[in-house]
Amino acid sequence: MSEELTDPTKGYLSTRILTVQLKRYDPEKDREPHWQEFKVEARPIDRVLDVLMKVKWDQDDTIGLRKSCGQGICGSDAMRINGQNNLACKMLVQNLKSDKITVEPILGLPVIKDLIVDMKPFFDHYKSIMPFLVNTDPAPTTERLQTPAQRERFDEGTKCILCACCTTACPPFWGNREYVGPAAIVNAHRFIFDSRDQAASERLEILNDAEGVWRCRTVFNCTSACPRGIKVTQLISEVKRALITGVLDMPQEAEVLA
Amino acid sequence: MSTPTYHRFETIIVGSGGAGLMAALHSSKEVGTAVVSKLYPMRSHTGAAAGGIAAALSNIEEDSWENHAYDTIKGGDYVVDQTPVEILCREAVECIYDLEHMGLPFDRTPDGRISQRRFGGHTRPVPGNPSKREPVMRSCHAADRTGHMILQTLYQQCIKQGVTFFDEYHMLDLIMVEGECRGIVAIEIATGRLHVFHAKSVLLATGGFGRMFKVSSNAFALTGDGPAIAYRHGIPVEDMEFYQFHPTGIYRLGVLLTEGCRGDGGIMFNGKGERFMETYAPNMKELASRDVCSRSIYQEVRAGRGVSGKDFVYLDIRPSTINKYKSSPIHRDGLEVDDHFIESRLSESLELSRTYLGIDPLKEPMPIQPTAHYAMGGTPTDFDTRVFRNAAGEVVPGLYAAGETACVSVHGANRLGTNSLVDLVVFGRRAGKAMAQYAKSHDFKEIPKDAAVPTKKMIEGALAKPRTEPWVRIRDELQTVMMDDCGVYRTAEGLANARQSVASLKKRYELTGIQDKGTIFNTGLLEYLELGCLIDLAAATVASAESRKESRGAHSREDFPDRDDVKHFNHTFATKDGDFDVKIDTRAVDVIYIEKDGQQVPKYPLEVRKY
Repeated sequence: MSEELTDPTKGYLSTRILTVQLKRYDPEKDREPHWQEFKVEARPIDRVLDVLMKVKWDQDDTIGLRKSCGQGICGSDAMRINGQNNLACKMLVQNLKSDKITVEPILGLPVIKDLIVDMKPFFDHYKSIMPFLVNTDPAPTTERLQTPAQRERFDEGTKCILCACCTTACPPFWGNREYVGPAAIVNAHRFIFDSRDQAASERLEILNDAEGVWRCRTVFNCTSACPRGIKVTQLISEVKRALITGVLDMPQEAEVLA
Repeated sequence: MSTPTYHRFETIIVGSGGAGLMAALHSSKEVGTAVVSKLYPMRSHTGAAAGGIAAALSNIEEDSWENHAYDTIKGGDYVVDQTPVEILCREAVECIYDLEHMGLPFDRTPDGRISQRRFGGHTRPVPGNPSKREPVMRSCHAADRTGHMILQTLYQQCIKQGVTFFDEYHMLDLIMVEGECRGIVAIEIATGRLHVFHAKSVLLATGGFGRMFKVSSNAFALTGDGPAIAYRHGIPVEDMEFYQFHPTGIYRLGVLLTEGCRGDGGIMFNGKGERFMETYAPNMKELASRDVCSRSIYQEVRAGRGVSGKDFVYLDIRPSTINKYKSSPIHRDGLEVDDHFIESRLSESLELSRTYLGIDPLKEPMPIQPTAHYAMGGTPTDFDTRVFRNAAGEVVPGLYAAGETACVSVHGANRLGTNSLVDLVVFGRRAGKAMAQYAKSHDFKEIPKDAAVPTKKMIEGALAKPRTEPWVRIRDELQTVMMDDCGVYRTAEGLANARQSVASLKKRYELTGIQDKGTIFNTGLLEYLELGCLIDLAAATVASAESRKESRGAHSREDFPDRDDVKHFNHTFATKDGDFDVKIDTRAVDVIYIEKDGQQVPKYPLEVRKY
């Protein structure tokens, strides 16, 4: 291998001092949320999660945040970093524009402590759109058939990890917490456009409600906030279109297996 | 701390990963069931499993569950219980169809069936030449997000069925009375309140404990709470010396690049640009089993053939490389691999490399090194997931374990890729059914009024102790010594050092307390208690590794480089003995005999394990 290759050790060699502005709130001590500043030494390759854990482990063990997989698949550590929703484990120090970062809880859900919010209202919205396959036909002895095109049709929504980055970046949701929000619509889309599912009309009915899909003002915040790169706004538009036209844009009959 | 809140369910499931949710689905159909988990649903590490789930569906290539069983037993270097393996491989097929019917979005073949691909160690006899074996397409996949899709689908079905969840409740104790399990004690993380869950049957499905090692693919949450708490109650842990290091972890970070990369033709190169697996596994090359690949990387690095002499090698999935070596299965159909093919099959790995290494795998090879990945060992169970109290196989009434937490043992000394997800669904399902059955035929038995007192005292102790040193330092030292002295390669000297270090770390751990004295989301307290679990399991791991004076599967003793089927064809049971000591017993491997020419012979005869 003679070509110029990236040296992975480089990101570990240097460090810089970051200033972390953290929004703190402990209901046992504080009447109001307040900002606290920490200085911490970080390597270019560190995740923002590593930076926060370093502050917690070395300086102040009382900081509250959730974490688990550390690799962007479990959805535990959604937070607002420099004003943008993201997973703390998916942002690297080397990609930060300055040596100062602000970290605060995602907006629109009740704060329990520091960066930890109450996820129940978010999951309640998710549960409201029947997020499960409905098919009342007797199951065959092997798999139900589905063409690659039919499978591809709903792929985008299956990437969702329910981290709430999209919903809590959505201005209509901030204004009205009864709105089901982008994440719930993405998950409805995942089933509405699954050729094996039989409850599309019921889900569309739910989303046609006053607190449903029409609350979306096409702000696109959800799409830019999604750490999984899901085209959230597009999926929402497809649901709107299905409601307006009464037709589901699904792969053609000719492609469908007998 | 106020009086604990009391709950009563016929079955309690601890953990909401694949095994826990599968058990919950089956148990809740018949009896009152609740899932208690320290994480929100969908946050469990099943979600990180990428590559696939093995089942001999024969959708693309002719295959059989017997082939799968043969591979699993050989892959585990024969210290595998054969009856449960046959159950695993047979029931895998119906479990896959179950998952598909639940809505799991498997990738499809052109004719609409579940798509399958190759994975390390999965083979079949070569058609027309059955004495030789070749890789077979057995891994059913949903992009490279198979685990995520399983977790998603099972959680969706739990919502549909109205399963009761106690989200973010962290189990801290088992309620054991007269040798039976009658419930658990958990802390509600959001309030700090203690809860007593009275039950007829309890399932431990808390996942693995890879966080005892420095470089690990495991989530922060994987601290072995289930096996450790059972261990403190005198319940053994089995085969702890068998810990799998996955060959393709992202350099230093340890996050996994799926084995699917190699299944789809990815090639590993050393610093000299040599495809070194040709030396170590001439037949299977990169698709040899994981322990073999991990040791090969270590050998290359030791010989100074790491990249730039450093401690990593390359995994190359560039289409140009794959096409040059004709290493993808699609070359057999006269096709070539292109960027789009790699993007669609391995999007998660591409994303991980781009995010964490800043490397685009379509343009550059990825720097990798082995990472602590999977515990073959754990709480011992029978094939109905009932927990053993001793090496003689007596069960603990009311206590069950499944998934990575458990040692059935179907993985033996080394697990094959894609067999963990099968294990979760097959034994999760068996657990749910067995627990419901037990609950229906037994009455609730009394639990003491003070069932939560030991937990309360443990918490009050941790909060009252002065912070003599940061507990994080103890954790870091534990992870370092386990990685260095109880990792891919082991020696008597290194293990003795690890044993002494773990014992002294335990003493230091017991002396120091924590900074956060609050009750709401005291994650400092919980991480501190999790560290206690890791220390106990590390002690059992080291003692088990010291007792096995041979090399087998993932357990490589440099001072005993060969497999010893005379002395060590058995399982290791480690039981807590006082504060620091570990008692080691052995248990015979379950071997199936068949009749051949009027004689009883082993169905799966011992072979030298070569790939």
